[in-house]
Amino acid sequence: MNQRSSNLLDEALGLDQVIEPWPLRGRVVAIEDQVETSGSFVLHHLLKRSLSPNSSNVTIFIAFSQPFSHYDRILRKLGCNLVSQRDNSRFFFFDMLKLQCPDGDEGITPEGGLIALYGKIHKTISALPEISWKNVSIIIDDLSLMEVAANGSSDYVLDFLHYCRTLTSEFDCSLITLNHEDIYSSEDRPTFFIQMEYLADILIKAEPLATGLATDVHGQVPKCYSCFIVG
Amino acid sequence: MAESIYRALRDGALEGELAPALTIKDSVASPFALQVFSHVISQLFSSILAGKSQSRGLVVVSFSRSPSFYLDLLKNKGTDVASSNKQIQILDCYSDPLGWKDQLAGSRNFTALSNEAMVSSNAIVFREVKHMDKLYNSIIELGKGLVGGGKIRFSIAIDSADEMLRHAPVSSVARLLSNLRSHDQISSIFWLLHSDLHEARVTAVLEYLSSIVASLEPSHQLANGQRGDLENFSLIKHNSKKGKFHVRFKKRNGRSEEVHIEQSGINFASLPSEGAINQGLVPKVQFSLQLSEKERIDKANVVLPFEHQGNGKPIQIYDGRRSLVDSKHERPVSAVENVQTNENCGSGEIIYYRDSDDEMPDSDEDPDDDLDI
Repeated sequence: MNQRSSNLLDEALGLDQVIEPWPLRGRVVAIEDQVETSGSFVLHHLLKRSLSPNSSNVTIFIAFSQPFSHYDRILRKLGCNLVSQRDNSRFFFFDMLKLQCPDGDEGITPEGGLIALYGKIHKTISALPEISWKNVSIIIDDLSLMEVAANGSSDYVLDFLHYCRTLTSEFDCSLITLNHEDIYSSEDRPTFFIQMEYLADILIKAEPLATGLATDVHGQVPKCYSCFIVG
Repeated sequence: MAESIYRALRDGALEGELAPALTIKDSVASPFALQVFSHVISQLFSSILAGKSQSRGLVVVSFSRSPSFYLDLLKNKGTDVASSNKQIQILDCYSDPLGWKDQLAGSRNFTALSNEAMVSSNAIVFREVKHMDKLYNSIIELGKGLVGGGKIRFSIAIDSADEMLRHAPVSSVARLLSNLRSHDQISSIFWLLHSDLHEARVTAVLEYLSSIVASLEPSHQLANGQRGDLENFSLIKHNSKKGKFHVRFKKRNGRSEEVHIEQSGINFASLPSEGAINQGLVPKVQFSLQLSEKERIDKANVVLPFEHQGNGKPIQIYDGRRSLVDSKHERPVSAVENVQTNENCGSGEIIYYRDSDDEMPDSDEDPDDDLDI
């Protein structure tokens, strides 16, 4: 079932055909999940596809949720060696678990906080050969923890995401984010969450089945395209 | 209705009056404001190039899309943008709205790319989006650079009001928009707004500042909290390509149209009758929920047992006793209420005897009106 659902997901995202140039180039992909059904598997799958041996794609992984060893362990089971990819400069892992933006200045200083993170991402992509720029994926896991690191300032996180989005225009790379729907469901107006939906070109929701838990089927993933095609 | 919008923006402002202002409003359920906004830009710009509009230039203030998005949009509509930089300028609030790139370059953690540093002849980068006053001055300066001073006017397109509201308080944004509308060189101004990102009062403020409000709504409303439900998925898919486009003019109410979003562009069409839209949503049950034609005629022919039928004609109800007044105007009466206006009517009879002569005929007044609870 997992194999089949992976293929359906690949097909939906255009990843079942050639993956160079990267089909998601220039796009913002937002993955939304809930406690009952984690969307991390979509992230892992996209990471595995991006680092496929048939391509020269590069992934920049911004981790707020888990350390490198966690992803390494999971990707090994999927047949991908993150350590060697990192050594070959195809996988850049930015460990943000300990990031704590200084109180009050909201990253005004470029030395710390999200401004510095943006600068680091920009520098990493610029250092690659120009031909590789459109094959770069920036993956963020996950946005709710980024908000925590920014002392709850969703505006600051939105500013950072805006600048990441300018990277997709500037370099034609892709941006993939994970966020948790149920964290914001109790708010009257979940502005931050809705902002992400407007920002995204492709929205992937992982949610539990209407019939409840099952041993072999874990959930369903409807995908909505919101894509403005010029021409 | 879409045509009326183009006409209003094309005709522009009358001397001494505020410039027409359009809000294009949507929500996540029907997120087509950007497509409509882009469509309005391309239509207005075509009029400007053809010399058919009051405005002689267009300033696009872009927050959520890069300048190249709009230049490519116009190029794909057949406009030679390279030679029209005297008619369109883009204030680029997208690339570096908060000056982060400048700060990083200053601390040597950043290498500006050579193509990034290239200044397009059509776009100027703006780095202080939190300061509405500076934004106002930059917009006016850019517009005057296009059309010169004097009486020649230009139009402004803002994408989007949400970003302005994120960076500045609503009062500052309202002041900016109001000042732009009152400037004697502004022909027309329009902006897009995602209504579900703001409190109702903020949306209301922007609507009050507008002379035209265009709202995009989903064709089919989904029940709350069921966006991800697979049973609603077909409705979501339907809503992803179509919506309702409702336009309201300050001076008069508008009508609704249906909007179709396709790969090649956008189409507006009159709404089909409500019955046709809802036909697919009527549940299939074993009894009939609709009236047949014969049933409808019979229903219209039923005479209600009231003393008046609401058609202005007084009806006499014989109460079984002749009062002194009535005896002077004796006419053949029977024990049957004489209110049948249609001779072909059925066989119903209502016999009503008044309790006393003092009893007033039934009136429309609510007998409980004088209760003081």
